[in-house]
Amino acid sequence: MTRIRFHRELDELKHRILAMAGMAEQAVDLAVQAYSQRDPVLCQRVIAGEAGVNRAEREVDEFAVDLLAMQQPMAIDLRFILAVIKINADLERVGDQAVNIVQRVMNTIELPPSTLPVDIPAMATRVRAMVRDALRSFIDGDPELAKHVLEADDEIDRMNHEAFAALSRYMQSQPDGAVQALDALSIARNLERVADHATNIAEDVIFWIRGADVRHGAGQRSAGI
Amino acid sequence: MATAVEVRDLKAWFGKTEALHGINMSVEARHATAVIGPSGCGKSTFIRCLNRMHETNPEAKADGKVEVGGTDIYKMPAVDVRRKVGMVFQKPNPFPTMTIYDNVAAGLKLNGTRKRRTLDEVVERSLQQAALWDEVKDVLKKKSGASLSGGQQQRLCIARALAVSPDVMLMDEPASALDPISTAKIEDLIFELKQKLTIVIVTHNMQQASRVAEFTGFFLMGNLIEFDKTEKIFTNPSDKRTEDYITGRFG
Repeated sequence: MTRIRFHRELDELKHRILAMAGMAEQAVDLAVQAYSQRDPVLCQRVIAGEAGVNRAEREVDEFAVDLLAMQQPMAIDLRFILAVIKINADLERVGDQAVNIVQRVMNTIELPPSTLPVDIPAMATRVRAMVRDALRSFIDGDPELAKHVLEADDEIDRMNHEAFAALSRYMQSQPDGAVQALDALSIARNLERVADHATNIAEDVIFWIRGADVRHGAGQRSAGI
Repeated sequence: MATAVEVRDLKAWFGKTEALHGINMSVEARHATAVIGPSGCGKSTFIRCLNRMHETNPEAKADGKVEVGGTDIYKMPAVDVRRKVGMVFQKPNPFPTMTIYDNVAAGLKLNGTRKRRTLDEVVERSLQQAALWDEVKDVLKKKSGASLSGGQQQRLCIARALAVSPDVMLMDEPASALDPISTAKIEDLIFELKQKLTIVIVTHNMQQASRVAEFTGFFLMGNLIEFDKTEKIFTNPSDKRTEDYITGRFG
């Protein structure tokens, strides 16, 4: 083994992005809890945590760019750093989506509760599983698990479309609950975007390990997907 | 794309030690091909077989086929081979007592060219091709090759090789002894030269290979492990041994 220092720095980069991933994942978990429990304190925790995610994004990017400039990585090391830079941006946006969700929750808890024809917690459970699997595939360098994340995205898209249809009908039939329905619609959309970011992370893991660009359905055969 | 150099089952020995174990490679015309690998992998031996420099060592021999422009170079006089296939070495080696002009004209004079006007034209053209003309045009016959800087000496050696109009230029770590500015000039020069001729470059500097070459071959222990487009080799090599080498996991 040569270039020991460089490979230690790659490990350090991985640790840093995983720490950031923990923050983003926790923000989504708290946002979903805040929705279920109508808890303004949890909402404030998510909002307060955003600065940490943003700071971590800048630090990870700076470290990754330094490694590109100073170490001129090749092959799988180059792909790893490029994947980290992209995953970093996705994680920051996951944090943004969590903030968007709690902003809607804070709006909702000011209003009387209503029984909406959409199961946000069920959708959130699946989205959180996608995020967890995407990050697990990154930790383990497991393109097969990443492939499952890509497949799971179709189910989230379907749930989002169903939520849209059901809430549209609800707003027509129950105009008094339109604001709550709009908030729920927005939260479903935010969760669907979190799932999209998990999908992006999974695609980056496949790029890192297999060297194949499978974005937008391309290159899946060459990647063994 | 046309093939400039076709190598088939090339083996080379130093005494009884087999240094190359049957290399096959098609070198594309008017492109740069980089040869990389750890020390002792056979990359310099390989390119020295492409203009029969290898056999100048009395202990050395080679077997197999090397065709340049469709002609088997092992069935031609060696002196004709070296006219078709020029070579530049790691350490610039201008003739130290000759003027800059005579350094460039040396190959032509050896080939019997005596006409002053022809020599003048070729010297100027070669120095321009080697991106050295502007720096030396006023001292061509006043200064010796050895008076130039290291980078200038290397470009002088390139001009000397270009003067006999080779089809192929072999470069054995041409910039490894040069500073970054001189290295950049050599790399720019390679970019220009490959519009007109074929370049095979041995380098330890993988960034250099990725900057100058369209194709790259990775050698290990006398075998060509992988040969592919340079971007493939450096972003997603097919062979684990290539990946381990270029990512510094061994070597």
